[in-house]
Amino acid sequence: MKLLLDSTRCQGYGLCHEKAPELVDLDEWGYAAITRPPSSPEDDRAARAAIEACPAQALRS
Amino acid sequence: MTPSPSEIIELAAGLRGRGGAGFPTATKLASVRRAAAPRTVVANGEEGEPGSLKDRWLLRERPELVLEGLRLAAVAIEADRSVVYFSDQAAEQSVIRLAPPTVEIIRVAPRYVAGEETSIVRVLDGGPALPLAKPPRPYEQGVLVLNVESLARLARRAAGESDPPLLATLTGGGRPATLHEVHPGTTLRALTEAHTPDPVRGVLAGGLFGGFLTTLDVEVSHDGLAAAGSALGCGAFRVLGPDDCPVAVAAAALDYLAGQSAQQCGACIRGTDALSATVAALRAGTATAADLDLLATRASRLPGRGACGLPDAAARLATSLLTVFPAVVRRHLIPGCEACRLPVDLHATSTSAPPQPARRLDQHTTSTSAPPQPARHLDQHTTPTSPPPRPARDLDQHAIEGVRA
Ligand code: SF4
Ligand code: SF4
Repeated sequence: MKLLLDSTRCQGYGLCHEKAPELVDLDEWGYAAITRPPSSPEDDRAARAAIEACPAQALRS
Repeated sequence: MTPSPSEIIELAAGLRGRGGAGFPTATKLASVRRAAAPRTVVANGEEGEPGSLKDRWLLRERPELVLEGLRLAAVAIEADRSVVYFSDQAAEQSVIRLAPPTVEIIRVAPRYVAGEETSIVRVLDGGPALPLAKPPRPYEQGVLVLNVESLARLARRAAGESDPPLLATLTGGGRPATLHEVHPGTTLRALTEAHTPDPVRGVLAGGLFGGFLTTLDVEVSHDGLAAAGSALGCGAFRVLGPDDCPVAVAAAALDYLAGQSAQQCGACIRGTDALSATVAALRAGTATAADLDLLATRASRLPGRGACGLPDAAARLATSLLTVFPAVVRRHLIPGCEACRLPVDLHATSTSAPPQPARRLDQHTTSTSAPPQPARHLDQHTTPTSPPPRPARDLDQHAIEGVRA
């Protein structure tokens, strides 16, 4: 699956990073940065959790 | 005689978009043609790049070429809607005078990001001229956005010219802005020599997007500049003359970009501001070596972090300042460079020297029979019908030199 970030929506809540630390990093101001696309079933699960956790609906697949 | 849709797509073969990204025109035409109706074609004349004036010039002085290109593109994709989109007030009359009634004319407020394809899609939907996250890209949704120069080149192809020239705007070096037709094989050195007789220590290439470049023996083309680690972008070059300091120019350009951020993406707002603040400190002689390390790190992390290319431009600018002019940068560390701290007026028109005639790079005339005007003194008050030679002062409202010292 894909993991896409809409940077106009990201509010820097950081919940995505908690759910998918391998896939999403936070910059020094707390905004999300996708580090790599999901590449395993485990990654996919983490990506889905991050998408669901984002209060700003900034992540999608 | 109007060619068929597939003939028009063939005509576009090898043409690359002249808005900045350089996307192949034929690919765009073909993919919008496959999209579901309704389909829209937009002639994009909103050049957000402060150092570029070619799109304004085309709309004011060559609207017939742009409109012919728009008509061909509309035929190629069987468009339901045709739009001319720009901000330049002076272009409005020339476009209205020639546009058929079926062509919509949309004029927006000028802004660096207003010419972004996704900003245009938003305006077409009744929203503000601000970028949206991609994907989907406009051409995947039935909206074909082509830069006005891309359309003019398509029209020139249709009129029988196989290799229509590119337009390039040069600013800086203490000279008023000049506009040039660039034929294949022209080097950046020849182009800068057409702008100024003074020695040139480098350029800021591709509008604010291509970073600094000191190698002038490269072809002025997408491939030529890409091979040199830069970008042709919209074909705007800010020349660094003997009196221009790269640090001062970078500071002015980053200040401009930070001010133009559409304030939509947190990563872009904070990241671009941070780069701008550090380079401003460098210019003021208050930056440390540690600040420069942080600048390099931040710049390496910023590309791709926003909905549009603005943070990428800021990052490339900062990175290229550090890599292309390392010795100059080191000289600016605390206590700084005396010359830079003097109040420097960066306005291109601040010199009292008379404007140089922009020598054309060659003497071919165009198949449109319109004599290619070198457009010496374009300014915002020039009327499309009678362009009197004037100093290019109002361009500086947008030129990076206009960002005060
Ligand atoms: S959870 Fe959403 S809003 Fe928060 S940092 Fe991640 S993407 Fe941004
Ligand atoms: S990347 Fe920057 S300029 Fe572009 S939309 Fe986001 S905030 Fe605006």
